[in-house]
Amino acid sequence: MSTETAAATAKKESLFSKKNRKLLSDPLDDSNPITVQVLGICSALAITVQLQQAVIMSLSVLFVMIGGNVIISLLRNMIPDRIRIIVQLVVVASLVIIVDQVLKAFQPDISEKLSVFVGLIITNCIIMGRLEAFALGNKPGPSFMDAIGNAMGYAWILLAVSVVREVFGSGAISLPGMGQVKFLPTEWFMSEGGFYENNNLMILPPMALITVGIIIWIQRTRNTALIEEN
Amino acid sequence: MAIDKNSTGYTFLFSIIMVVVVGTALAFTALSLKDRQDANAADKKMIDILGAIGVPANRSNASELFAEYVVERVAIDLNGQQVSATSEAVDPKDKEDPFSIDVKKDYRASVKSAVKAADGDEQALSVALADKNLKFPLFRCVNEGQTLYVIPVVGSGLWGPIWGYVALEDDMTTIYGANFDHKTETPGLGAEIKESFFTVKFKGKQLNTESATLFSVLKGGAPTDEYSVDGITGGTITSKGVDEMINRTLKVYLRYFESETRAQR
Repeated sequence: MSTETAAATAKKESLFSKKNRKLLSDPLDDSNPITVQVLGICSALAITVQLQQAVIMSLSVLFVMIGGNVIISLLRNMIPDRIRIIVQLVVVASLVIIVDQVLKAFQPDISEKLSVFVGLIITNCIIMGRLEAFALGNKPGPSFMDAIGNAMGYAWILLAVSVVREVFGSGAISLPGMGQVKFLPTEWFMSEGGFYENNNLMILPPMALITVGIIIWIQRTRNTALIEEN
Repeated sequence: MAIDKNSTGYTFLFSIIMVVVVGTALAFTALSLKDRQDANAADKKMIDILGAIGVPANRSNASELFAEYVVERVAIDLNGQQVSATSEAVDPKDKEDPFSIDVKKDYRASVKSAVKAADGDEQALSVALADKNLKFPLFRCVNEGQTLYVIPVVGSGLWGPIWGYVALEDDMTTIYGANFDHKTETPGLGAEIKESFFTVKFKGKQLNTESATLFSVLKGGAPTDEYSVDGITGGTITSKGVDEMINRTLKVYLRYFESETRAQR
Protein backbone atom coordinates (compact mmCIF):
# COMPACT_ATOMS: atom_id res chain seq x y z
CA MET A 1 0.00 0.00 0.00
CA SER A 2 2.78 2.45 0.89
CA THR A 3 4.10 2.59 -2.67
CA GLU A 4 0.62 3.16 -3.99
CA THR A 5 0.04 6.10 -1.66
CA ALA A 6 3.38 7.49 -2.76
CA ALA A 7 2.22 7.22 -6.34
CA ALA A 8 -0.91 9.13 -5.46
CA THR A 9 1.08 11.98 -3.93
CA ALA A 10 3.59 12.21 -6.78
CA LYS A 11 2.97 15.41 -8.72
CA LYS A 12 2.07 15.00 -12.38
CA GLU A 13 2.37 11.40 -13.36
CA SER A 14 1.66 10.15 -16.84
CA LEU A 15 -1.21 7.68 -17.14
CA PHE A 16 1.20 5.38 -18.93
CA SER A 17 4.14 5.69 -16.55
CA LYS A 18 6.01 2.54 -15.63
CA LYS A 19 4.12 2.18 -12.38
CA ASN A 20 0.75 2.55 -14.08
CA ARG A 21 1.68 0.11 -16.79
CA LYS A 22 2.50 -2.36 -14.06
CA LEU A 23 -1.04 -1.87 -12.70
CA LEU A 24 -2.23 -2.99 -16.10
CA SER A 25 0.08 -5.97 -16.59
CA ASP A 26 0.32 -7.43 -13.08
CA PRO A 27 -3.26 -8.75 -12.89
CA LEU A 28 -2.76 -10.54 -16.19
CA ASP A 29 -0.22 -12.88 -14.62
CA ASP A 30 1.51 -12.34 -11.26
CA SER A 31 -1.58 -11.23 -9.38
CA ASN A 32 -4.28 -12.62 -11.63
CA PRO A 33 -7.63 -12.24 -9.87
CA ILE A 34 -8.78 -15.76 -10.72
CA THR A 35 -5.71 -17.97 -10.73
CA VAL A 36 -3.66 -16.24 -8.02
CA GLN A 37 -6.14 -14.41 -5.80
CA VAL A 38 -8.87 -17.00 -6.46
CA LEU A 39 -11.61 -14.38 -6.72
CA GLY A 40 -14.57 -14.43 -9.08
CA ILE A 41 -14.36 -18.19 -9.41
CA CYS A 42 -18.14 -18.66 -9.31
CA SER A 43 -18.82 -16.75 -12.50
CA ALA A 44 -15.81 -18.36 -14.17
CA LEU A 45 -17.54 -21.69 -13.61
CA ALA A 46 -21.01 -20.60 -14.64
CA ILE A 47 -20.64 -18.83 -17.96
CA THR A 48 -17.70 -20.56 -19.62
CA VAL A 49 -19.72 -23.17 -21.50
CA GLN A 50 -19.68 -21.03 -24.64
CA LEU A 51 -17.14 -18.49 -25.83
CA GLN A 52 -19.72 -15.87 -26.81
CA GLN A 53 -21.17 -15.75 -23.32
CA ALA A 54 -17.67 -15.38 -21.89
CA VAL A 55 -16.95 -12.49 -24.28
CA ILE A 56 -20.09 -10.56 -23.35
CA MET A 57 -19.56 -11.32 -19.67
CA SER A 58 -15.99 -10.05 -19.88
CA LEU A 59 -17.09 -6.85 -21.58
CA SER A 60 -19.80 -6.31 -18.96
CA VAL A 61 -17.32 -6.88 -16.14
CA LEU A 62 -14.87 -4.51 -17.84
CA PHE A 63 -17.53 -1.79 -17.91
CA VAL A 64 -18.65 -2.31 -14.32
CA MET A 65 -15.06 -2.57 -13.12
CA ILE A 66 -13.97 0.67 -14.79
CA GLY A 67 -17.12 2.52 -13.77
CA GLY A 68 -16.93 1.29 -10.18
CA ASN A 69 -13.24 1.95 -9.72
CA VAL A 70 -13.39 5.46 -11.20
CA ILE A 71 -16.55 6.49 -9.32
CA ILE A 72 -15.31 5.16 -5.98
CA SER A 73 -11.91 6.75 -6.58
CA LEU A 74 -13.54 10.13 -7.30
CA LEU A 75 -15.65 9.82 -4.15
CA ARG A 76 -12.89 8.39 -1.99
CA ASN A 77 -12.48 11.52 0.14
CA MET A 78 -16.22 11.89 0.68
CA ILE A 79 -17.28 8.34 1.53
CA PRO A 80 -17.85 7.84 5.28
CA ASP A 81 -15.68 4.95 6.47
CA ARG A 82 -18.45 3.19 8.32
CA ILE A 83 -20.67 2.71 5.29
CA ARG A 84 -18.00 2.38 2.62
CA ILE A 85 -18.86 -1.23 1.78
CA ILE A 86 -22.53 -0.33 1.33
CA VAL A 87 -21.56 2.60 -0.88
CA GLN A 88 -19.39 0.31 -3.02
CA LEU A 89 -22.21 -2.20 -3.25
CA VAL A 90 -24.71 0.46 -4.31
CA VAL A 91 -22.35 1.77 -6.99
CA VAL A 92 -21.62 -1.71 -8.36
CA ALA A 93 -25.25 -2.78 -8.24
CA SER A 94 -26.40 0.34 -10.10
CA LEU A 95 -23.79 -0.15 -12.81
CA VAL A 96 -24.79 -3.78 -13.19
CA ILE A 97 -28.47 -2.89 -13.48
CA ILE A 98 -27.61 -0.33 -16.14
CA VAL A 99 -25.60 -2.96 -18.09
CA ASP A 100 -28.47 -5.42 -17.79
CA GLN A 101 -31.09 -2.91 -18.95
CA VAL A 102 -28.96 -1.74 -21.86
CA LEU A 103 -28.31 -5.31 -22.99
CA LYS A 104 -32.04 -6.05 -22.77
CA ALA A 105 -32.84 -3.03 -24.90
CA PHE A 106 -30.10 -3.26 -27.50
CA GLN A 107 -28.83 -6.85 -27.48
CA PRO A 108 -31.96 -8.84 -26.51
CA ASP A 109 -30.66 -12.13 -27.89
CA ILE A 110 -27.40 -12.03 -25.98
CA SER A 111 -29.13 -10.75 -22.87
CA GLU A 112 -31.40 -13.79 -23.03
CA LYS A 113 -28.43 -16.13 -23.22
CA LEU A 114 -26.64 -14.57 -20.26
CA SER A 115 -29.90 -14.48 -18.28
CA VAL A 116 -29.12 -14.21 -14.58
CA PHE A 117 -25.38 -14.07 -14.87
CA VAL A 118 -25.27 -10.37 -15.69
CA GLY A 119 -27.02 -9.70 -12.40
CA LEU A 120 -24.52 -11.91 -10.66
CA ILE A 121 -21.69 -9.53 -11.60
CA ILE A 122 -22.75 -7.73 -8.42
CA THR A 123 -21.48 -10.66 -6.39
CA ASN A 124 -18.21 -10.88 -8.30
CA CYS A 125 -15.57 -10.60 -5.58
CA ILE A 126 -12.99 -9.11 -7.95
CA ILE A 127 -14.99 -5.91 -8.32
CA MET A 128 -15.65 -5.33 -4.63
CA GLY A 129 -12.09 -6.42 -3.89
CA ARG A 130 -10.53 -3.85 -6.21
CA LEU A 131 -12.83 -1.08 -5.00
CA GLU A 132 -11.90 -1.76 -1.40
CA ALA A 133 -8.20 -2.45 -1.93
CA PHE A 134 -7.33 0.01 -4.64
CA ALA A 135 -9.90 2.62 -5.66
CA LEU A 136 -10.52 3.82 -2.10
CA GLY A 137 -6.85 4.83 -1.76
CA ASN A 138 -5.88 5.98 -5.24
CA LYS A 139 -6.56 8.68 -7.78
CA PRO A 140 -8.97 8.04 -10.66
CA GLY A 141 -6.17 7.65 -13.24
CA PRO A 142 -4.38 4.72 -11.61
CA SER A 143 -7.77 3.29 -10.55
CA PHE A 144 -8.84 3.31 -14.17
CA MET A 145 -5.69 1.40 -15.16
CA ASP A 146 -6.12 -1.00 -12.27
CA ALA A 147 -9.71 -1.67 -13.38
CA ILE A 148 -8.67 -2.44 -16.95
CA GLY A 149 -5.85 -4.67 -15.75
CA ASN A 150 -8.01 -6.70 -13.42
CA ALA A 151 -10.92 -6.98 -15.81
CA MET A 152 -8.55 -8.20 -18.51
CA GLY A 153 -6.91 -10.62 -16.08
CA TYR A 154 -10.39 -11.99 -15.38
CA ALA A 155 -11.33 -11.95 -19.05
CA TRP A 156 -8.43 -13.94 -20.45
CA ILE A 157 -8.95 -16.78 -17.99
CA LEU A 158 -12.65 -16.80 -18.83
CA LEU A 159 -11.95 -16.85 -22.56
CA ALA A 160 -9.32 -19.57 -22.24
CA VAL A 161 -11.56 -21.79 -20.13
CA SER A 162 -14.57 -21.26 -22.39
CA VAL A 163 -12.59 -22.10 -25.53
CA VAL A 164 -11.41 -25.39 -23.98
CA ARG A 165 -14.89 -26.24 -22.72
CA GLU A 166 -16.72 -25.36 -25.90
CA VAL A 167 -14.27 -27.12 -28.22
CA PHE A 168 -14.27 -30.36 -26.26
CA GLY A 169 -17.81 -30.15 -24.90
CA SER A 170 -19.73 -29.05 -27.99
CA GLY A 171 -17.20 -29.46 -30.81
CA ALA A 172 -17.85 -25.84 -31.71
CA ILE A 173 -16.78 -22.25 -31.25
CA SER A 174 -19.17 -19.34 -30.90
CA LEU A 175 -18.60 -15.62 -31.16
CA PRO A 176 -21.16 -12.86 -30.54
CA GLY A 177 -22.97 -12.05 -33.74
CA MET A 178 -21.79 -15.23 -35.48
CA GLY A 179 -23.60 -17.89 -33.54
CA GLN A 180 -22.14 -21.29 -32.86
CA VAL A 181 -19.86 -22.72 -35.54
CA LYS A 182 -19.53 -26.50 -35.42
CA PHE A 183 -16.22 -27.24 -37.07
CA LEU A 184 -16.15 -31.04 -36.83
CA PRO A 185 -17.71 -32.95 -39.74
CA THR A 186 -20.98 -34.55 -38.63
CA GLU A 187 -19.99 -37.98 -39.91
CA TRP A 188 -17.20 -38.09 -37.33
CA PHE A 189 -19.73 -38.37 -34.52
CA MET A 190 -20.63 -41.73 -33.07
CA SER A 191 -24.35 -41.07 -33.55
CA GLU A 192 -23.57 -40.86 -37.29
CA GLY A 193 -21.36 -43.92 -37.26
CA GLY A 194 -18.07 -42.10 -36.68
CA PHE A 195 -15.48 -42.40 -33.92
CA TYR A 196 -15.88 -39.12 -32.06
CA GLU A 197 -18.16 -38.09 -29.22
CA ASN A 198 -18.36 -34.75 -27.43
CA ASN A 199 -17.27 -34.87 -23.83
CA ASN A 200 -20.39 -34.04 -21.85
CA LEU A 201 -18.36 -33.65 -18.67
CA MET A 202 -16.83 -30.51 -20.22
CA ILE A 203 -20.24 -28.84 -20.20
CA LEU A 204 -20.78 -29.42 -16.50
CA PRO A 205 -19.43 -26.94 -13.93
CA PRO A 206 -16.81 -29.28 -12.34
CA MET A 207 -14.82 -29.28 -15.56
CA ALA A 208 -14.50 -25.49 -15.42
CA LEU A 209 -12.88 -25.85 -12.02
CA ILE A 210 -10.52 -28.51 -13.34
CA THR A 211 -9.64 -26.37 -16.37
CA VAL A 212 -8.93 -23.39 -14.11
CA GLY A 213 -6.82 -25.76 -12.01
CA ILE A 214 -4.80 -26.77 -15.04
CA ILE A 215 -4.20 -23.13 -15.94
CA ILE A 216 -3.02 -22.51 -12.35
CA TRP A 217 -0.72 -25.53 -12.64
CA ILE A 218 0.83 -24.30 -15.90
CA GLN A 219 1.15 -20.78 -14.52
CA ARG A 220 2.96 -21.90 -11.36
CA THR A 221 5.25 -24.21 -13.26
CA ARG A 222 6.34 -21.23 -15.36
CA ASN A 223 6.42 -18.76 -12.51
CA THR A 224 7.75 -20.56 -9.42
CA ALA A 225 7.57 -17.38 -7.33
CA LEU A 226 3.82 -17.97 -7.07
CA ILE A 227 4.18 -21.29 -5.26
CA GLU A 228 3.34 -20.97 -1.58
CA GLU A 229 5.77 -22.39 0.97
CA ASN A 230 4.50 -24.68 3.62
CA MET B 1 -12.34 19.92 5.36
CA ALA B 2 -14.38 21.30 8.15
CA ILE B 3 -16.91 18.46 8.04
CA ASP B 4 -16.08 15.32 9.96
CA LYS B 5 -16.82 12.62 7.40
CA ASN B 6 -17.23 10.00 10.10
CA SER B 7 -19.89 11.85 12.06
CA THR B 8 -23.33 10.27 12.18
CA GLY B 9 -24.95 13.31 10.60
CA TYR B 10 -22.61 13.26 7.62
CA THR B 11 -23.06 9.52 7.19
CA PHE B 12 -26.84 9.95 7.06
CA LEU B 13 -26.59 12.89 4.71
CA PHE B 14 -24.26 10.96 2.43
CA SER B 15 -26.57 7.92 2.35
CA ILE B 16 -29.62 10.04 1.60
CA ILE B 17 -27.93 11.88 -1.25
CA MET B 18 -26.52 8.63 -2.61
CA VAL B 19 -29.88 6.88 -2.60
CA VAL B 20 -31.61 9.81 -4.28
CA VAL B 21 -28.94 10.11 -6.97
CA VAL B 22 -28.77 6.38 -7.67
CA GLY B 23 -32.54 6.01 -7.59
CA THR B 24 -33.00 8.83 -10.07
CA ALA B 25 -30.31 7.48 -12.38
CA LEU B 26 -31.76 3.96 -12.40
CA ALA B 27 -35.35 5.14 -12.76
CA PHE B 28 -34.28 7.30 -15.68
CA THR B 29 -32.42 4.41 -17.35
CA ALA B 30 -35.29 2.00 -16.86
CA LEU B 31 -37.91 4.44 -18.15
CA SER B 32 -35.92 5.53 -21.16
CA LEU B 33 -35.20 1.95 -22.22
CA LYS B 34 -38.63 0.50 -21.39
CA ASP B 35 -40.25 1.04 -24.78
CA ARG B 36 -37.37 -0.65 -26.54
CA GLN B 37 -37.41 -3.57 -24.11
CA ASP B 38 -41.16 -4.04 -24.44
CA ALA B 39 -40.86 -3.96 -28.21
CA ASN B 40 -38.10 -6.57 -28.01
CA ALA B 41 -40.23 -8.78 -25.79
CA ALA B 42 -43.20 -8.48 -28.17
CA ASP B 43 -40.97 -9.31 -31.14
CA LYS B 44 -39.62 -12.34 -29.32
CA LYS B 45 -43.15 -13.54 -28.61
CA MET B 46 -44.09 -13.20 -32.27
CA ILE B 47 -40.93 -15.03 -33.36
CA ASP B 48 -41.78 -17.90 -30.99
CA ILE B 49 -45.40 -18.12 -32.14
CA LEU B 50 -44.34 -18.07 -35.78
CA GLY B 51 -41.67 -20.66 -34.96
CA ALA B 52 -44.34 -23.05 -33.67
CA ILE B 53 -46.10 -22.99 -37.06
CA GLY B 54 -42.77 -23.42 -38.85
CA VAL B 55 -42.32 -19.87 -40.10
CA PRO B 56 -38.79 -18.67 -39.45
CA ALA B 57 -38.77 -15.02 -38.43
CA ASN B 58 -36.25 -12.58 -37.07
CA ARG B 59 -36.51 -9.35 -35.16
CA SER B 60 -36.74 -7.20 -38.26
CA ASN B 61 -39.67 -8.95 -39.94
CA ALA B 62 -41.50 -10.46 -36.95
CA SER B 63 -44.46 -8.08 -36.74
CA GLU B 64 -44.94 -8.12 -40.51
CA LEU B 65 -45.01 -11.93 -40.69
CA PHE B 66 -47.16 -12.10 -37.57
CA ALA B 67 -49.80 -9.91 -39.18
CA GLU B 68 -49.64 -12.09 -42.28
CA TYR B 69 -49.97 -15.51 -40.66
CA VAL B 70 -51.91 -14.94 -37.44
CA VAL B 71 -55.50 -14.29 -38.46
CA GLU B 72 -57.20 -14.19 -35.07
CA ARG B 73 -56.26 -13.84 -31.42
CA VAL B 74 -58.67 -15.34 -28.93
CA ALA B 75 -58.76 -15.19 -25.14
CA ILE B 76 -60.51 -18.02 -23.31
CA ASP B 77 -61.15 -18.70 -19.64
CA LEU B 78 -60.40 -21.76 -17.53
CA ASN B 79 -63.65 -23.47 -18.60
CA GLY B 80 -62.85 -23.06 -22.25
CA GLN B 81 -65.34 -20.24 -22.84
CA GLN B 82 -64.30 -17.54 -25.24
CA VAL B 83 -63.81 -14.19 -23.51
CA SER B 84 -62.70 -12.03 -26.39
CA ALA B 85 -61.34 -12.24 -29.89
CA THR B 86 -59.74 -9.82 -32.26
CA SER B 87 -58.21 -9.77 -35.70
CA GLU B 88 -56.94 -6.23 -35.61
CA ALA B 89 -53.27 -5.24 -35.69
CA VAL B 90 -51.35 -6.13 -32.54
CA ASP B 91 -50.98 -3.34 -30.04
CA PRO B 92 -48.61 -4.51 -27.30
CA LYS B 93 -49.78 -1.64 -25.11
CA ASP B 94 -53.44 -2.69 -25.22
CA LYS B 95 -54.02 -4.77 -22.08
CA GLU B 96 -57.27 -6.20 -23.50
CA ASP B 97 -55.52 -7.67 -26.51
CA PRO B 98 -55.15 -11.46 -26.10
CA PHE B 99 -51.58 -10.95 -27.31
CA SER B 100 -50.84 -9.06 -24.10
CA ILE B 101 -51.95 -11.85 -21.75
CA ASP B 102 -48.84 -12.63 -19.74
CA VAL B 103 -49.11 -16.36 -19.18
CA LYS B 104 -45.69 -16.46 -17.53
CA LYS B 105 -46.78 -13.89 -15.00
CA ASP B 106 -50.02 -15.78 -14.32
CA TYR B 107 -48.04 -18.97 -13.85
CA ARG B 108 -45.66 -17.33 -11.39
CA ALA B 109 -48.42 -15.57 -9.50
CA SER B 110 -50.98 -18.32 -9.01
CA VAL B 111 -50.73 -21.41 -11.19
CA LYS B 112 -47.34 -22.65 -9.98
CA SER B 113 -48.29 -22.91 -6.31
CA ALA B 114 -51.69 -24.41 -7.19
CA VAL B 115 -50.06 -27.11 -9.34
CA LYS B 116 -47.70 -27.96 -6.51
CA ALA B 117 -50.51 -28.10 -3.94
CA ALA B 118 -52.78 -30.19 -6.18
CA ASP B 119 -49.96 -32.70 -6.78
CA GLY B 120 -51.51 -34.29 -9.86
CA ASP B 121 -55.11 -34.06 -8.66
CA GLU B 122 -56.89 -32.29 -11.52
CA GLN B 123 -60.09 -31.65 -9.62
CA ALA B 124 -58.20 -29.86 -6.87
CA LEU B 125 -56.27 -27.84 -9.42
CA SER B 126 -59.30 -26.53 -11.25
CA VAL B 127 -60.96 -25.67 -7.94
CA ALA B 128 -57.86 -23.79 -6.81
CA LEU B 129 -57.65 -21.85 -10.08
CA ALA B 130 -61.38 -21.22 -10.48
CA ASP B 131 -61.44 -17.82 -8.79
CA LYS B 132 -58.14 -16.56 -10.23
CA ASN B 133 -59.83 -15.13 -13.31
CA LEU B 134 -57.14 -16.57 -15.57
CA LYS B 135 -57.20 -15.92 -19.28
CA PHE B 136 -55.58 -18.12 -21.88
CA PRO B 137 -54.55 -16.72 -25.25
CA LEU B 138 -54.98 -18.69 -28.46
CA PHE B 139 -53.56 -17.71 -31.81
CA ARG B 140 -55.38 -18.90 -34.92
CA CYS B 141 -52.99 -18.92 -37.84
CA VAL B 142 -53.19 -19.83 -41.48
CA ASN B 143 -50.11 -21.29 -43.07
CA GLU B 144 -50.26 -22.61 -46.64
CA GLY B 145 -54.04 -22.79 -46.49
CA GLN B 146 -54.04 -24.86 -43.32
CA THR B 147 -55.61 -23.52 -40.11
CA LEU B 148 -53.32 -23.92 -37.11
CA TYR B 149 -53.83 -23.10 -33.45
CA VAL B 150 -50.86 -21.89 -31.42
CA ILE B 151 -51.07 -22.35 -27.67
CA PRO B 152 -48.56 -20.92 -25.20
CA VAL B 153 -47.52 -23.26 -22.38
CA VAL B 154 -45.63 -22.41 -19.18
CA GLY B 155 -44.23 -24.71 -16.52
CA SER B 156 -41.29 -25.45 -14.27
CA GLY B 157 -38.05 -27.18 -15.12
CA LEU B 158 -35.36 -28.22 -12.72
CA TRP B 159 -33.94 -24.80 -11.86
CA GLY B 160 -36.51 -22.32 -13.09
CA PRO B 161 -39.33 -21.59 -15.48
CA ILE B 162 -39.70 -23.25 -18.86
CA TRP B 163 -42.15 -22.22 -21.54
CA GLY B 164 -43.02 -22.78 -25.13
CA TYR B 165 -45.63 -22.78 -27.87
CA VAL B 166 -47.51 -25.79 -29.19
CA ALA B 167 -49.21 -25.60 -32.59
CA LEU B 168 -52.20 -27.87 -33.28
CA GLU B 169 -53.69 -28.69 -36.66
CA ASP B 170 -57.35 -27.93 -37.32
CA ASP B 171 -58.48 -31.37 -36.13
CA MET B 172 -57.25 -30.02 -32.77
CA THR B 173 -55.56 -33.27 -31.81
CA THR B 174 -52.57 -33.43 -34.15
CA ILE B 175 -49.48 -31.52 -33.09
CA TYR B 176 -48.18 -29.46 -35.97
CA GLY B 177 -45.09 -28.16 -34.23
CA ALA B 178 -43.70 -26.98 -30.92
CA ASN B 179 -40.90 -24.93 -29.52
CA PHE B 180 -39.63 -24.56 -25.99
CA ASP B 181 -37.34 -22.31 -24.08
CA HIS B 182 -36.05 -22.08 -20.55
CA LYS B 183 -34.40 -19.64 -18.20
CA THR B 184 -31.77 -21.58 -16.29
CA GLU B 185 -31.84 -25.27 -17.20
CA THR B 186 -28.53 -27.15 -17.23
CA PRO B 187 -26.61 -26.60 -20.48
CA GLY B 188 -26.26 -29.85 -22.41
CA LEU B 189 -29.01 -31.53 -20.39
CA GLY B 190 -32.34 -29.87 -19.59
CA ALA B 191 -31.42 -26.87 -21.73
CA GLU B 192 -31.64 -29.12 -24.80
CA ILE B 193 -35.45 -28.78 -24.82
CA LYS B 194 -35.02 -25.69 -26.96
CA GLU B 195 -32.97 -27.53 -29.56
CA SER B 196 -34.60 -28.63 -32.80
CA PHE B 197 -33.70 -32.32 -32.38
CA PHE B 198 -36.12 -32.39 -29.45
CA THR B 199 -38.90 -30.16 -30.79
CA VAL B 200 -38.99 -31.92 -34.18
CA LYS B 201 -40.14 -35.10 -32.42
CA PHE B 202 -43.46 -33.44 -31.55
CA LYS B 203 -44.44 -32.91 -35.18
CA GLY B 204 -47.27 -35.22 -36.26
CA LYS B 205 -47.92 -36.65 -32.79
CA GLN B 206 -51.47 -36.99 -31.51
CA LEU B 207 -53.22 -35.86 -28.35
CA ASN B 208 -54.93 -38.80 -26.68
CA THR B 209 -58.33 -37.25 -25.92
CA GLU B 210 -59.69 -40.60 -24.71
CA SER B 211 -57.19 -40.90 -21.89
CA ALA B 212 -56.50 -38.83 -18.76
CA THR B 213 -53.01 -38.13 -20.07
CA LEU B 214 -53.17 -36.24 -23.32
CA PHE B 215 -49.54 -36.55 -24.15
CA SER B 216 -46.39 -37.88 -22.50
CA VAL B 217 -42.75 -36.93 -22.54
CA LEU B 218 -41.13 -40.21 -21.56
CA LYS B 219 -37.92 -40.84 -19.71
CA GLY B 220 -35.03 -40.65 -22.14
CA GLY B 221 -34.64 -43.78 -24.28
CA ALA B 222 -38.08 -45.33 -23.60
CA PRO B 223 -40.09 -46.60 -26.59
CA THR B 224 -42.63 -44.06 -27.83
CA ASP B 225 -46.01 -44.29 -29.53
CA GLU B 226 -48.14 -41.71 -31.33
CA TYR B 227 -49.10 -40.06 -28.04
CA SER B 228 -45.60 -39.62 -26.64
CA VAL B 229 -42.09 -38.42 -27.37
CA ASP B 230 -38.71 -39.38 -26.02
CA GLY B 231 -37.51 -37.00 -23.28
CA ILE B 232 -33.99 -35.67 -22.79
CA THR B 233 -31.53 -38.15 -21.34
CA GLY B 234 -30.08 -36.61 -18.20
CA GLY B 235 -32.77 -33.92 -18.26
CA THR B 236 -35.52 -35.96 -16.63
CA ILE B 237 -36.99 -33.24 -14.44
CA THR B 238 -37.02 -30.72 -17.27
CA SER B 239 -38.66 -33.32 -19.54
CA LYS B 240 -41.28 -33.98 -16.86
CA GLY B 241 -41.88 -30.23 -16.68
CA VAL B 242 -42.55 -30.17 -20.43
CA ASP B 243 -44.94 -33.10 -20.00
CA GLU B 244 -46.76 -31.41 -17.12
CA MET B 245 -47.18 -28.02 -18.80
CA ILE B 246 -48.46 -29.52 -22.05
CA ASN B 247 -51.04 -31.69 -20.33
CA ARG B 248 -52.24 -29.04 -17.90
CA THR B 249 -52.52 -26.27 -20.49
CA LEU B 250 -53.88 -28.21 -23.44
CA LYS B 251 -56.75 -29.58 -21.34
CA VAL B 252 -58.08 -26.04 -20.97
CA TYR B 253 -57.91 -25.48 -24.71
CA LEU B 254 -59.53 -28.82 -25.52
CA ARG B 255 -62.59 -27.68 -23.55
CA TYR B 256 -62.69 -24.63 -25.83
CA PHE B 257 -62.26 -26.73 -28.96
CA GLU B 258 -65.05 -29.10 -27.86
CA SER B 259 -67.52 -26.26 -27.31
CA GLU B 260 -66.49 -24.75 -30.64
CA THR B 261 -67.09 -28.00 -32.52
CA ARG B 262 -70.44 -28.43 -30.77
CA ALA B 263 -71.42 -24.90 -31.78
CA GLN B 264 -70.59 -25.64 -35.39
CA ARG B 265 -72.83 -28.71 -35.55
